[in-house]
Amino acid sequence: MGENNAAIQIDDLVVGFGRHVVIDRLSLTVRRGETMGLVGASGGGKSVLMRAMIGLLPKRGGEIRIDPQIERRAVNRLGVLFQQGALFSSLNARQNVQFPLRENINISDELLDEIANAKLEMVGLTPADGEKFPSELSGGMTKRVALARALALDPAILFLDEPTSGLDPIAAGEFDALITVLQKTLGLTVFMVTHDLSSLASICNRVAALADGKIVALGSLDEVRASDHPWVRSYFHGVRAKMIHSPGQ
Amino acid sequence: MHIKTGNGFEKTPLEIDQSRQVWILLHAHMRNETHASDLLPTLTTQARDPLSLRAGGAWTVEHAELMEHLCQDVTPNVRGAVGAELDLAAVTALDTSGAWLLEKLSRAPIHGDGIKVRYPSDTLVGLLTQAHKLNRCASSPEPRKAWPLAQLDRATDYMAGVSHDAVAFLHLLGAVCTSLGRIILHPSRLRLTSTVYQLFRVGWQAIPIMVLITFLIGAIIAQQGIFHFRRFGAESYVVDMVGILVMREIGVLIVAIMVAGRSGSAYTAEIGAMKMREEIDALITMERDPIEVLIVPRVLALVLALPILAFLGSLAALYGGGLIAWLYGGMSPAIFIARLHEAVSVTHFEVGLIKAPFMALVIGIVAAMEGLRVKGSAESLGRQTTASVVKSIFLVIVIDGVFAVFFASIGM
Repeated sequence: MGENNAAIQIDDLVVGFGRHVVIDRLSLTVRRGETMGLVGASGGGKSVLMRAMIGLLPKRGGEIRIDPQIERRAVNRLGVLFQQGALFSSLNARQNVQFPLRENINISDELLDEIANAKLEMVGLTPADGEKFPSELSGGMTKRVALARALALDPAILFLDEPTSGLDPIAAGEFDALITVLQKTLGLTVFMVTHDLSSLASICNRVAALADGKIVALGSLDEVRASDHPWVRSYFHGVRAKMIHSPGQ
Repeated sequence: MHIKTGNGFEKTPLEIDQSRQVWILLHAHMRNETHASDLLPTLTTQARDPLSLRAGGAWTVEHAELMEHLCQDVTPNVRGAVGAELDLAAVTALDTSGAWLLEKLSRAPIHGDGIKVRYPSDTLVGLLTQAHKLNRCASSPEPRKAWPLAQLDRATDYMAGVSHDAVAFLHLLGAVCTSLGRIILHPSRLRLTSTVYQLFRVGWQAIPIMVLITFLIGAIIAQQGIFHFRRFGAESYVVDMVGILVMREIGVLIVAIMVAGRSGSAYTAEIGAMKMREEIDALITMERDPIEVLIVPRVLALVLALPILAFLGSLAALYGGGLIAWLYGGMSPAIFIARLHEAVSVTHFEVGLIKAPFMALVIGIVAAMEGLRVKGSAESLGRQTTASVVKSIFLVIVIDGVFAVFFASIGM
């Protein structure tokens, strides 16, 4: 069962709290090197699915398999960008980025600083921003630092929980470009929960739509948009979606 | 051709490469990395004058230690070179850490036109061009002050902090009093539900622990008194000592210190967390005064609860003392109570309880003040909570001393 180029293979996953079943016998394959976007209603279990995939939530049934080639890696299997950033509030931005490096590999402080500065620069921050503590960062900057931290070890699979929310359109575009470059060079697999339709259009190879605890549509953006599931239809053919895709009318 | 190495021995480039190979293999062995697919990174000197370096293998972060070592090894050679070339064609895998190290190597200052980089396959070029743009603007660290000056700075900061504290305390005390005044004029402004709930938390729920601790303290004082007074045959005076000490000082003081630790810290943490999560800002935007909504009910509850707890605590301490006098000193309860009647007057009781509301006010105001000072980080929440408990216990003891002087001079 499943494809042999799968980075993550999910079969019949069930996740719930108490009597409430959030994810109900869900099956999904994330292919190696692709960017998959997950869309779904607010409170519909997108974050729950992602947290179960990462292993933060216990599953009731089913199976989640990570590609053995990735599983075998020593240090850089997964990187996660949490919705609120989840930066360590007692460390400054640079120390936050250095944390995974410092914990896993033994290199000089000079190189640690250079790599951390490079990562901060890659997400559009300056070395001076690295001195700031999370409480002094704006929402968008917090997101960028969190992304830099998630990318610190160049992980094989990157989980992004609404990465572009809180970023201005220019920064969101730069972010999308960054993900594309990283994916090309590192063979990065990206799984992102997003509501940003332009991110979906520009960087996601495939889109999965989650409704009622199941994947109701899967494929390229056009294929998903053509789905006749009522929720998917209202999502992609709502007023906001039309405004993006046909601005002249 | 010979190269001078650091330890004075002369080695040919070939020997250096061989020793490096051995080191690499050893390293791989230690890390138990024998998989064929992750080739270890290599950096070899192919030719000299002009220098030709050849990088190969996987330049990825899990080999960062080895990569850094390789780069450090060749850097002295690069520094002196006239013209150099870096061939990356054999690089099989690359990530940002590897790209940065190679980029850093290519930036080494050399004579001539700089290092020419021969790029690898197309897929890896993107990352190298990215790395090429990075770390261009050097950040200069802030100059550090001389040690004595830094110490002086810290001392002045500390003194300024003390006066700051005093001002902030008076400011909040004033704000709470104004708010209370407004409540007296318009009693409907009082948050009754909130006040009662806080009273339940800091009063009712605190009773068991307060009673237990004061009971034990009373028992300990009585035991020590009996043990030492026995030498003078003055055991019966233990009743006077326990009675006066508990009524006037110990009862209220122990309870106030316990309340500062138990409820003051909780207030600071609550208000601090609300500050962190912008709940207080939300209140302000809804034109609700946070002092009236959050702080007045808490302070009021504390002012009501502390005298009650001090009263119960004093009873428990006397009970503990009496029990020990009976079991350990052989004084029957009837005699204990009769002696207590003679020794203790209502004045002693009043002296003790009058202090309680003032102590409660100070604990409540300090807790709220420190809570409002919490900044965004978890560390700051911890720091302010500690400060709240330390400062309120200190002030409780200062107040106790001031009252002792006051009551002595008015003859109570």
